[in-house]
Amino acid sequence: MGNAAIELRGITKCFGNIVANKDVNLTVNNGEILSLLGENGSGKTTLMNMISGIYYPDEGHIFIDGQEVVIRSPKDAFDYHIGMIHQHFKLVDVFTAAQNIVLGLDEPGKFDMKKVSARVAEISQKYGFDIDPNKKIFDMSVSEKQTVEIIKVLYRGAKILILDEPTAVLAPQETQKLFTILRRMRNDGKAIIIITHKLHEVLSLSDRVAVLRRGEYIGTVDTVDTNEDELTEMMVGKKISLNIERSDPVNPQERLSVKHLGCVSKEGVKLLDDVSFTAYSGEILGIAGIAGSGQRELLEAIAGLQHVSSGEIVYHNPKTDKEENLRDKTPLQIRELGVRLSFVPEDRLGMGLVGNMDIVDNMMLRSYRRGKSVFLERKAPKDLAERIIEELQVVTPSANTPVRRLSGGNVQKVLVGREIAASPTVLMAAYPVRGLDINSSYAIYNLLNQQKKNGVAVIFVGEDLDVLMELCDRILVIGSGRVTGIVNGREANKNEIGLMMTQSAGGKTHE
Amino acid sequence: MNNLSKTTHEPLIHITKRAAMDWWKACLVRLASIVVALLLCAGVIILLTKLNPVEIYATMFKGNFGTPRKIWVLLQNLSMLLCISLAVTPAFKMRFWNLGAEGQVLVGGLGAMACMFYIGDRLPNVVLILIMLVASILGGVVWAVIPAVFKAKWNTNESLFTLMMNYIAIQLVSFFIMVWVPNGSSVMGVVNADSRFGWLPDLFGQKYLFNILVVAVLTVVMFVYLKYSKHGYEISVVGGSENTARYIGINVKKVIIRTLMLSGGICGLAGFLLVSGTNHTISKNLAGGMGFTAIMVSWLAKFNPLMMVLTSFLIVFLQRGAGEIATQFRLNESVSDILTGIILFCIIGCEFFINYQIHTRNKHKEETV
Repeated sequence: MGNAAIELRGITKCFGNIVANKDVNLTVNNGEILSLLGENGSGKTTLMNMISGIYYPDEGHIFIDGQEVVIRSPKDAFDYHIGMIHQHFKLVDVFTAAQNIVLGLDEPGKFDMKKVSARVAEISQKYGFDIDPNKKIFDMSVSEKQTVEIIKVLYRGAKILILDEPTAVLAPQETQKLFTILRRMRNDGKAIIIITHKLHEVLSLSDRVAVLRRGEYIGTVDTVDTNEDELTEMMVGKKISLNIERSDPVNPQERLSVKHLGCVSKEGVKLLDDVSFTAYSGEILGIAGIAGSGQRELLEAIAGLQHVSSGEIVYHNPKTDKEENLRDKTPLQIRELGVRLSFVPEDRLGMGLVGNMDIVDNMMLRSYRRGKSVFLERKAPKDLAERIIEELQVVTPSANTPVRRLSGGNVQKVLVGREIAASPTVLMAAYPVRGLDINSSYAIYNLLNQQKKNGVAVIFVGEDLDVLMELCDRILVIGSGRVTGIVNGREANKNEIGLMMTQSAGGKTHE
Repeated sequence: MNNLSKTTHEPLIHITKRAAMDWWKACLVRLASIVVALLLCAGVIILLTKLNPVEIYATMFKGNFGTPRKIWVLLQNLSMLLCISLAVTPAFKMRFWNLGAEGQVLVGGLGAMACMFYIGDRLPNVVLILIMLVASILGGVVWAVIPAVFKAKWNTNESLFTLMMNYIAIQLVSFFIMVWVPNGSSVMGVVNADSRFGWLPDLFGQKYLFNILVVAVLTVVMFVYLKYSKHGYEISVVGGSENTARYIGINVKKVIIRTLMLSGGICGLAGFLLVSGTNHTISKNLAGGMGFTAIMVSWLAKFNPLMMVLTSFLIVFLQRGAGEIATQFRLNESVSDILTGIILFCIIGCEFFINYQIHTRNKHKEETV
């Protein structure tokens, strides 16, 4: 035990009547990478927040270097050399990397930015970071921002590093680079905890894997002795098969053609540049790209929510065989044209649903205008809500529960259920499985597949390349607002897609 | 670093969020908060004035319910506060912070008074009153729609805008009083005291009954509007998330402007009731701060119009009771303000205990391993 950097014993934390962590025991040694594996909502982040002083445990003990400690605040955590790199970066946009790194440090005397830069350069060299200390955060890519966060905790002398889903926002090549750095840190004797739910990363990177399930500690295994199936079973609690069936598209017809689409932000930055593609009925078109490469703008432009500066969006109406241009139309006008376009937006509670309203009222969002009466008709939406709760197995006390009280997976089922109930001809879904557990994710994939079989043109924006390659018929890759390639989902190769994702704007021209 | 050698105490207290509390427990907590408030007030009364707190409370009660006249005044005050609270509620539910009810009421009252002054004796009373009503509502609508249009078109800050509109309204009223009152006095007397032109009629011999009935009907209408109408639904959606509203094709600008027309219109109506049904004159203090108190009433009732009957009663009861003890015991007005403050603090503060739980350190023993 002499080598244990940090040890947790019997940690319990509750929020109201939700038990986030129950009697968790965990040890991390110096010079080791430990993966903390678990589905969303299994309590990984809560546990790490207790180590980094953001939450205080209800019960249990924490030992650092064999000594019991109490961590009451993030400052205490720093003093114990614990550094956490959060999933959502906590950086000041208008400051430089170096300024962010020293921000909040309580050192006597004047700041000597030259010295700071020298220290940063020294740390960068030691572990192989590639960073310019004088670059402003808003000029940085996601991976650079992450680097700043990591250097920030190293600068404070962190010996125990916690990374919360660090690869969620990275392209495959960037992930590899990060892993190389983490391995170097491990060899330097640091204790590293990495929170993730991607099994192949766990297997390639870590020395040991600790698994949580619904807040409970299931066990720790040595990575060399385990495999994906065993880990999944530990995570989910039962054996499940991780296969997505993919049927061949039946009678594909042009349904939605996007031609030379361009969007410009208020500040004049190009969000989308000359995007062209066609979505066919009866197929799933995947959209891959690093987060924030224009996926959201593309879907919102099609849905009539994003101002378009150039190009066309043409809908081929299967009923009338007419072509409708959807550009510059409001969502209401699009619907009045008879275009049955359903959209599952990325921000479920901020855009797809209203968190404070119950399931029934959320069902009405699409349909409340029906009829001439000034009063609402709640009977049909109530039936729909009950049907969705039953068919999609939504876990909720009743149809009158505000949706913000439901868990992420159930919120998503309500939203996807409503959008599918509108019997769409085009279904767009942005990150529909983000934050969902494995079972719910596969339930959503099945729903998308069903829609495809019904002849719907499905557009699926995803972040997990493995899933995209298993689910989609074609994959459109987007990089910095431009289409950098369209590949066949059955033949695609992960490295090839990864390269397309990182191609920057202006680097290459596509005709 | 040196923290390592520091004591390893748990923090003295830590706070965690509670699961949803049973409604009856929540009621008990709220009741307990009133008891605590009364005890605290008793302490303050004894400390500051050396009077018997029970007597003070009895006087407060008598000040509200002592005579039939006092009860009518209580109901009148309650209905006016409730009316303005109902007015701000749709805007607040939409997360449009309308702090301009004060000004909207004033302009409404000004509209009614202008009609009384300029066309008061030339028309049958019923026609005059209808014209006054329209003028008041229009005044309130205009005063609320200006900030709403700016908000919808250019996303200006509605709190500041509506607040500033209050000052313009106050100065407008001052100006017209100077024009209307011949001798340059800044106080306007009761208008048409003999002819009673432009006065709302007494019902069953009661001066205030008309106002009270109008507001009672309005309360029910507003409840139904917010809960069961398509407009009310759109208000909830825009208030819940503007992006969701855009996503399902609600014209957010239209909803903002329409809702503020409603909000301002009801404020104008309140101005009409104050001028035509109650005061028969106008001053800068026509709304008397009710435009701001209404915000508290609306929030305390969590924007439910039926609950607002209770919360506005609570506020009016406290205010009238406080005034009564100030005169009865020759206390400074400040003492009653202190008591009102303590009571409101406890009632609002108790929500914390309904939502959170506090743990103290000595629950389990310290152990070292």
